[in-house]
Amino acid sequence: MIPELGTLAMVIALLLAAAQGFFGIAGAHWNRQSWMQAVGTAVTGVWVFVTFAFGILTYSFIVHDYSIAYVATNSNDELPLMYRIAAVWGAHEGSLLLWIEILSTWALLVAIFSKSLPVAFRARVLGVLGVIGVGFTSFTLLTSSPFLREIPAKLEGADLNPILQDPALAIHPPMLYMGYVGTSVAFAFAIAAMLSGRIDPSWSRWTRPWTVAAWMCLTVGIALGSWWAYYELGWGGWWFWDPVENASFMPWLASTALIHSLAVTEKRGLFKSWTLLLAIFAFSLSLVGTFLVRSGVLVSVHAFASDPQRGMFILGLLLFFIVGSLTLYAWRAPSLKMDGGFETVSRESFLLLNNALLFATALLILLGTLWPLFMDMFNLGKISVGPPYFNIVFLVPTLPLLVLMGVGMHAAWRRAALASRARMLWMIAGGAVLLALVITLGFYHSIGLPLTVVGFAGGLFVMGSALVDPVTRLRNRQPISRSALGMAVAHFGIGVFVIGISGVASYKIEKDVSMGPGDSTQIAGYTFNFKDTRTNVPGPNYVATQANVEITRDGAKVADLSTEKRQFKIQSMPMTHAGIAVAWNRDLFVALGDDLGANKWSMRLQYKPLVRYIWIGAVIVALGGLIAMMDRRYRAKVPVTEPATDAGAAGRVA
Amino acid sequence: MLRYLTPAIAALALGALFWFALHRIGNGTLDVREIKSPLIGRAAPTFTLPLVMDPAQRFDSHSMAGKVYVVNVWGTWCPACREEHESLISLSRITGVPFVGIDWKDDNAEANRYLAQLGNPYQTVVADAEGRVAIDWGVYGAPETFLVSKDGKVLAKYAGALTEAVWAEKFAPLVSQQGGAP
Repeated sequence: MIPELGTLAMVIALLLAAAQGFFGIAGAHWNRQSWMQAVGTAVTGVWVFVTFAFGILTYSFIVHDYSIAYVATNSNDELPLMYRIAAVWGAHEGSLLLWIEILSTWALLVAIFSKSLPVAFRARVLGVLGVIGVGFTSFTLLTSSPFLREIPAKLEGADLNPILQDPALAIHPPMLYMGYVGTSVAFAFAIAAMLSGRIDPSWSRWTRPWTVAAWMCLTVGIALGSWWAYYELGWGGWWFWDPVENASFMPWLASTALIHSLAVTEKRGLFKSWTLLLAIFAFSLSLVGTFLVRSGVLVSVHAFASDPQRGMFILGLLLFFIVGSLTLYAWRAPSLKMDGGFETVSRESFLLLNNALLFATALLILLGTLWPLFMDMFNLGKISVGPPYFNIVFLVPTLPLLVLMGVGMHAAWRRAALASRARMLWMIAGGAVLLALVITLGFYHSIGLPLTVVGFAGGLFVMGSALVDPVTRLRNRQPISRSALGMAVAHFGIGVFVIGISGVASYKIEKDVSMGPGDSTQIAGYTFNFKDTRTNVPGPNYVATQANVEITRDGAKVADLSTEKRQFKIQSMPMTHAGIAVAWNRDLFVALGDDLGANKWSMRLQYKPLVRYIWIGAVIVALGGLIAMMDRRYRAKVPVTEPATDAGAAGRVA
Repeated sequence: MLRYLTPAIAALALGALFWFALHRIGNGTLDVREIKSPLIGRAAPTFTLPLVMDPAQRFDSHSMAGKVYVVNVWGTWCPACREEHESLISLSRITGVPFVGIDWKDDNAEANRYLAQLGNPYQTVVADAEGRVAIDWGVYGAPETFLVSKDGKVLAKYAGALTEAVWAEKFAPLVSQQGGAP
């Protein structure tokens, strides 16, 4: 009975989402006040029913209802409670429900916080979100319902994929989806503007906080995924250019470009059609990511169990939203003319370059991700495009971006007189290069890779440059807007991130050795002493072999690490659990490999300098977004441009 | 207007690529998971290993020179190998192509029991207890099946449980190109 309630709730949510879409878009089109007022109620209704369905699936996992096929495939009696809850989004069907849950939550938030917007505009935005909801809810119900029964019921579940049984991975998908799905809000704002045929001067100010919020979640989500891959997969890498990783990174690049282009549209009324296009692209790339991960057209370690039938359905959704919105764009964009020009040296031109580079990076990554499929399709051979390609197409545009960022932060709108800041910028640049040389030659005693010094200097330059404005204002006791502070913090975070990459890419040491108890190996001045192994260490749903390693430096103990090879009972899949010793300047990483017999084990030992700064940088970047989002001007009431709004607004989101 | 339509047209083209890919995956003419071994077209790795039936004797792969033969990597611990076992038996009988089994990281006694119970499709079964030879062959997981030409080159590789259908599609044409079974 319980799972049937879940299906019923989804059906009701589907109908309400259809109402939300219809009343929102049609109501605004024919200017029916009562229709437009019904939209908010529909949004609340969708959220209530989707959340109810989500709760039912969660409940079914908690109580081990193996009569539900999805629960039986992804859970087990011995699976700890936390992972039973995380298992809700551990495979295709449930993660799609999470997608819809998050979409309806974003819609609810928009409904609550956009009461001051013009009624017709708000109705259109919520209407577009409703149409997206209809698409994904019907996809779930028709091809991928998590509530289907399996008769007769299994007595025991097949367990959650062991790779997903990890705290970081339990929160990584919700965070990532908040970002992915969040791009739908900017998309809805863009479509609403195009449907109405004009861009309100305040349009970008309304869109910006939502875009920043989604982008922030995406940043944290990607960082969590990278962190998880680092310690859980047992390889010690933090980014693999896997199609699924690229699927999350492309919307991030597009959203980053969008945030910057929105700034220009808000402050100067320029780049209007470009901004609309980017809003469409950011969401489109999220949809393409969803398609790639779930349709089985690409091979990836993370891909969901795939099914061409489902693929066709998502492809249909994809084409409807992307081609539909781009056609609308082609129809409306020509009427958006620029409100003025700008000088060659101005903040506008820096942001234009920023957009061009970010966009080019996203396109090149898309090309690399799809190239194997393209080759395969036309029987040109099976190839895989790997890190050598992606590292180049990523580095070539982003290194100039660092310089642009460091300088551009100080450029004024319209026409920048950079001369006044030139002396200071040169000083920061000189200091950054000097410090980069001290770090590389002085500390690591090697110039590293060809780009090592460039990387360190670039990162330091951006960090220094980002600090100038806040420090000056603090010293002069001038107030600083949250928006400006947020920008400085986010850019500072990028600098930290770049330093992390430069350090780990240039000076990491990785050694795969065969070791047994009593053996020791030296890397980077640290001695790894293999103490002993313990077999049959019990875990909740696995049995582990544990190796204990003591690390010393110059005779003094640095850390005791233990690493495990976990054999999961049901899925009989071995997983490596790495031991990591963290310090401010490096990680020491130990992962237990295969039993080589004769009391020897293959061991992976790694020295990872500055690797933590990659994720610390990403968190600082996200923090910058959070600060900018809370800027006062986003909360100010906008003058109401259309009559008769308040009567409905009050009761709308009850 | 046309300029503004470019993104929509690009999206349609991308959609068409996806549609064809899905269509071909659906009707089985495209398999994105198929991993092409870098060994294909190259000389097959040679090996000398003890026989499963009698570890005192050794088998040298050079003794297969001049014959088309199949190398099948398996283990008693591998459920998919059990799944393909019946097909192996009937294929080795029908086609007449000799099958050389490499028993990968396995227990000899278990392997003998397994073959006694389920039947033996192999002309020769050797034990690769340490898995060294499997590494030479680039084996990802069991079962994996290779076809070797008369002049000792790897002609084809199939990862996963072998079936009559797979044989007919992938291996049979290559065997007849080689002039059939020896």
